[in-house]
Amino acid sequence: MTGVRVAGVGLTHFGKHPERTGRDLFAEACQRALDDAGVERSAIEGLNYGNFMGELAEHQGHQGPLMAEAAGIDAPATRYESACASSGVALREAVKDVRNGEDDVLLVGGAERMNNLGTAGTTEALAIAADDLYEVRAGMTFPAAYALMAKAYFDAYGGTREDLAEIAVKNHENALPNEHAQFQREISVDEALDAPMVAEPLGLYDACPITDGASALVLVSDEYADERGLDAPVAVTGTGQGGDKMALQDREYLARTPAAEKAAEEAYADAGIAPTDVAAAEVHDCFTIAEVLALEALDFYAPGEGIGAAARGETTRDGDLPVNLSGGLKAKGHPVGATGTSQVAEMTRLLRGDHPNSDAVDGDVGVAHNAGGTVASTTVHVLEVAK
Amino acid sequence: MSDESVRDEGFDDFLDAVESGEGFYLECPEGHGSLPPRRVCPHCGQGDLAEVALPESGAVATHTTVHVPAPEFADDAPYVTAVVDFGAVRLTGQIRDIDPEEVGVGTAVAPAVDETETTGERILVFRPR
Repeated sequence: MTGVRVAGVGLTHFGKHPERTGRDLFAEACQRALDDAGVERSAIEGLNYGNFMGELAEHQGHQGPLMAEAAGIDAPATRYESACASSGVALREAVKDVRNGEDDVLLVGGAERMNNLGTAGTTEALAIAADDLYEVRAGMTFPAAYALMAKAYFDAYGGTREDLAEIAVKNHENALPNEHAQFQREISVDEALDAPMVAEPLGLYDACPITDGASALVLVSDEYADERGLDAPVAVTGTGQGGDKMALQDREYLARTPAAEKAAEEAYADAGIAPTDVAAAEVHDCFTIAEVLALEALDFYAPGEGIGAAARGETTRDGDLPVNLSGGLKAKGHPVGATGTSQVAEMTRLLRGDHPNSDAVDGDVGVAHNAGGTVASTTVHVLEVAK
Repeated sequence: MSDESVRDEGFDDFLDAVESGEGFYLECPEGHGSLPPRRVCPHCGQGDLAEVALPESGAVATHTTVHVPAPEFADDAPYVTAVVDFGAVRLTGQIRDIDPEEVGVGTAVAPAVDETETTGERILVFRPR
């Protein structure tokens, strides 16, 4: 089985681009990834593309071939949809494809156009990642679903809105030097606590913004990288995926995310690493409570212990385990279908030393955790600097 | 969703039953609970699901007050959404007729069907007991 390298990464600016089409955003990310990899378009053997709400936002289904066309490649292309984990799943399938020898060079990425729908339209579109019969019909929104988990967490383990605010403050601070980030500005705990309520106990600053953007990776086999002399020091050494019941009401746990626990366990075993080997993590902080749930699912903390990590300085850029050095979904932004591969793009830059926050990473191993819906789907990927 | 001529078989039957005070859930031979429509138990995959009467009272497992709703609930906000534990099964709905400040984990509620302010759609609700 061959190893898999990240030969190139490309990101658009994440933010408000309501007038830009998904195909234009993705074309930009792909151009950047191809330039970064030094790989010719003609070498690409396939496209795995993640997108969640294209039918609602752009009246566009069947986006695989459309996006191959936008990227200027002549290869089979498939769209993967797994809510906010869409491009995480697209990546996992590409890793398997390269490992089993099917292909040597793949383009993987995702894009989402959201701001053209406005806040109400986006709220409605995102809600369909929940169960329509049991949850959406009862008025469940996406923030409401995470608020239900936050309340359940507080009830089971304790924790306060201040603890959550510290996570938002940390991720905004990390985003300051990141040119791709939607919010390059500091916030204070008081500002976060004073922001309008969205779904109690989550306020506006506990939530990621509505974001337009795209991300792309060029994945190659070890052999291809070696033969072509590519500068591709970072490898995807572990991949895992987990699932859970669609509706919160049918889950065994309301304050834990077993889908992410399974994905992490599988990815760690696949890479042959332990959680203690990890030097930095990019986790799916669509809401501040989601970062807490991710840290515990990734086994960096026992259940109930992750809540104060940011406040204690353990996950800040100077801490032992910096989390979301990109700014996370919270401050870098969350163009849903683009998020999974954007996390891997950021972690690749962090590990190879060309990210503005690379100096905060003390080690060679990073993980990326990408969650779909209320964590009914999750992928975890381990990235390592190739020996 | 707003077209009353098309029902979601199973789920609308469930709402009808709750509305007439005869709420039920589905139970598999292992004792796992779920809501219709189901052909097999979502927890163990067994068939042979039986309709079992929903207990009259459930306990709030988690709750939130929603201030920013989806468009179909624009006139309803703020409203309380909760997941309520009825033993073998949990249900998600809105809690009505109670000050949101008074809702806590463990609050006892009874299931019912009511309409949304915004669209008049039927919705599962809970009222304090």
